[in-house]
Amino acid sequence: MMHQKVGAVLVVGGGIAGIQAALDLADSGFFVYLVEHRGAIGGTMAQLDKTFPGNECSM
Amino acid sequence: MTLTDVERVEGDIGRFRVTLRRRPRYVDAERCIACGECARVCPREVADEFNGGVTTRKAVHIRYPQAVPLKYQIDPDACLKLKEGTCGACEKACPAGAVRFDDREQSLSVEVGSIILAPGFRPFDPQGIRTWGYGIFPNVITSLEFERYLSTSGPTQGRLIRPSDGRPVRKIAFLQCVGSRDENKCGHAYCSAVCCMSALKEAMLAKEAGPDVDVAVFFVDMRTPGKDFERYYEKARQMGVRFNRCRVHSLEPVGDCQRLYFRYVTNEGKQAKETFDLVVLSVGMETSPHTRNLAQVAGVTLNGDGFLETSSFQPVVTSRPGIYSCGAYTGPKDIPTSVVEASAAAAAAAGHLAEVRNSLTRSVDFPQERPVAHEEARVGIFVCHCGSNIAGVIDVEQLAAYAANLPHVAHVERNLFACSQDSQEQMRRRIQELGLNRIVVAACTPRSHEPLFRETLKSAGLNEYLFEMANIRNQASWVHAHNPRAATDKAKDLVRMAVAKVALAEPLPPVRVNVNPTVLIIGGGVAGMTAALGMADQGYPVHLVEKSSQLGGNARHLYQTWKGEPVPAFVESLVDRVKAHPYISVYLKSQVVKAEGYLGNFRSTIRKGASTLILDHGVAIVAVGATAYKPQEYGYVESQRVLTALEFDKLHAVGDERVVKSNSFVFIQCVGSREPERPYCSRVCCTHSIQAAIELKEEDPSREITILYRDIRTYGLREKLYKKAREMGVVFINYELHHKPVVRLGPNELYVQVTDHVLHMPVSIRADVVILATAIVPHPDIKELAQVYRIPTNEDGFFQEAHAKLRPVDFAGEGLFLAGLAHYPKPLDETIAQAQAAVARATGVLSIRRKDLDAVKAYVVEEKCDGCALCLDVCPFGAIDWDPREKGKDAPKLVRVNPVLCKGCGSCQSTCPKDGVRVAGFTYQQLLAQVRACLA
Repeated sequence: MMHQKVGAVLVVGGGIAGIQAALDLADSGFFVYLVEHRGAIGGTMAQLDKTFPGNECSM
Repeated sequence: MTLTDVERVEGDIGRFRVTLRRRPRYVDAERCIACGECARVCPREVADEFNGGVTTRKAVHIRYPQAVPLKYQIDPDACLKLKEGTCGACEKACPAGAVRFDDREQSLSVEVGSIILAPGFRPFDPQGIRTWGYGIFPNVITSLEFERYLSTSGPTQGRLIRPSDGRPVRKIAFLQCVGSRDENKCGHAYCSAVCCMSALKEAMLAKEAGPDVDVAVFFVDMRTPGKDFERYYEKARQMGVRFNRCRVHSLEPVGDCQRLYFRYVTNEGKQAKETFDLVVLSVGMETSPHTRNLAQVAGVTLNGDGFLETSSFQPVVTSRPGIYSCGAYTGPKDIPTSVVEASAAAAAAAGHLAEVRNSLTRSVDFPQERPVAHEEARVGIFVCHCGSNIAGVIDVEQLAAYAANLPHVAHVERNLFACSQDSQEQMRRRIQELGLNRIVVAACTPRSHEPLFRETLKSAGLNEYLFEMANIRNQASWVHAHNPRAATDKAKDLVRMAVAKVALAEPLPPVRVNVNPTVLIIGGGVAGMTAALGMADQGYPVHLVEKSSQLGGNARHLYQTWKGEPVPAFVESLVDRVKAHPYISVYLKSQVVKAEGYLGNFRSTIRKGASTLILDHGVAIVAVGATAYKPQEYGYVESQRVLTALEFDKLHAVGDERVVKSNSFVFIQCVGSREPERPYCSRVCCTHSIQAAIELKEEDPSREITILYRDIRTYGLREKLYKKAREMGVVFINYELHHKPVVRLGPNELYVQVTDHVLHMPVSIRADVVILATAIVPHPDIKELAQVYRIPTNEDGFFQEAHAKLRPVDFAGEGLFLAGLAHYPKPLDETIAQAQAAVARATGVLSIRRKDLDAVKAYVVEEKCDGCALCLDVCPFGAIDWDPREKGKDAPKLVRVNPVLCKGCGSCQSTCPKDGVRVAGFTYQQLLAQVRACLA
């Protein structure tokens, strides 16, 4: 393939998995488009009150 | 990009063109200041999906108070203006002029080298399945709704009340496997992998809310196979949560429908009927039409359950090159596993783009710093309303007026949200216009917001350490919400203290280190080799150190993955690639014996036989694996017919007559696991035994196979194996820890006695071979390495990561990462994902050549230090040592601080009797000023 590669990555989904992937990519020098279906990122984890193991706030 | 969906994916790996569709928000995100005026006047109320529909929200809303971006949106299906052309109240109320009823859908296109799909799952909806009564009886709710009931920001402010009448809840039942492991009612044969743990958490939180609340969990198998999960289960039992092993089939209302009852079989085998105030359905995960459509648009293959099809050897790779996936899209999984996969997907997505790294990213340039060290302090104070979070309790006008009269204060202003973009811009302008040289923001917690404000100072040409936050939200308006006057007084105290401290702040120079791009990987198993290849493929030189004489580790004992993929060929190909890779140096029969240094500049000493070797590296990945437990029980020592699972696999593979000629096999689970001395689950053994049982049955259906288990833990999609084994006639008998099976040796056969859980009677099974599913135990090297690198282990002896959920492959000490069995027992696919995740995390550090560290560091005051060296002993980071410089014959030997190792904890400062060592930004002078201000 002769085409020029692009130094950007599209991440579809702004839950905990998508956010983590986006952060890791941005930290290692890639431009990230983070696309979320809803009006705000956070996904299901944002709905959890507290989480294992310390029962700390999930925000 | 919110409210956005993928519409088309063209091109291929390295260069995709993706068409996105952005739905209108009807609110200009650039202008919206999230003041909430629009929602206050909006007359239209609809069910709030964030609270599981338990409460209502307005047509114009934010998803949740901490939403990112914190910008309102209008729901076009509810808004009166958009639907009927009436109302429009929000537009008039908005002080920022942000409402845009003429907003339209937009199509845009982006070019990317890789794509990661992480659309997640949706909770199973139990509506319409009559036997559970959800949607019929108000006091039957889902686990996600219960989560909102527990939340202080939820519909009941965290109070446990009955949804039907608001009366306190006294008895709660959790019903497990709703929407999981149940083809009859919901069509999902798989296990959702998270519901047992979430029920444990919710049960304990309910108990904490009211110790007299009776909580009972009705479950099929308690699946707590993750790190520290078993302890959590034990803790729940100790808190008095009741556990009943049975599936509840239907609920019935009591009289007025306020309460519900059901019949079940107790652990003792007796019929029981019990009544509850609240029934929580632990709902599972499922894919939605939205995520299935995404697969079609992206051109990737799904499996029969609607999850993405992946291979165990490439757990984040989809069927289309250049497209990766992570999280619940590849199968039900919990948060830590999702986060690991997310980092793994990042590594995979970056893997083939190494040469275009940094080609599209921008670095932020800050203006030249203004020298202010010799200026009189001119403090600027910004008081944040945090919407109504602060201003709803604290009298912010009074606070601002008070602050203006404090010494050194040159300017005070209030912001609706100090963290919003326009407030930042305003702050920057004020600093420059008014020549402010010290800044206090009275708002929320520095933990989340200090970095943002420091950036603003930098962009205004001010040193970022001339800054202080007064946490008037968490420490005043939240905790004293019912006493506004006291909250306001406390806010004044906090601001006064912050001003006293910041007035003495001095600009701190940045601490910068060069980063060596070399990687040290300890352990040459699948985790170590995967990590080595991942780093080397991205151009980083790798030293791979292995203690034994060959690469491959524990995977050399495995024949297949749970999906049936052959392991030996995979391991061979990994070994070949590692050996042939020009960037990887392999050191066999070698061990790390000493290490020093820090992130970016480690120096480790390797011993091979009698010789030693020094390796310099920027980061290290620890993947030393684990070993198998050697049992003493169940006749293992005495009989050649009692085998461990790995021994059995070998005999099975070579066609040993003990396997070929035998007809009756008994598997005993949890041998060495979930015992008082080893209170953790080894995660892989249930799946492993069941897989072996299926093979034995497939070879000869007349074989009698029994599996003695405590809980079958075929989590996630592995549940299918369990189902298949049952269908093939494998017999499963449950036993309890206090009634462990007994193996008696006969002349040529064995007898296994166990108490049958259905008959509640002892039974004796004649067996030709007994297979023990033995525990995975920590590698003995873990202890030594923990000392060499000063890294922690958990109570079970595995390495302890920095954060169980959010930093699962990082150590707390920077520049050190972990992967594989050294972290916790896990199957091959999860080991590979973890190794790839370590690659992503390590690349994040190595991709920058120089790293700025926090400048809050200790420094020695040479006129005062007399070299007593008390600080040397208390420093937990080994950051203080003797200063080698000679000061003359009679001068005392002094100490020096290595700023890279120092974490600014202040142990030295508080120990030093001479004021000879101070922490920049937290000097005694500053702290005393703060305390005096507090007492003033």
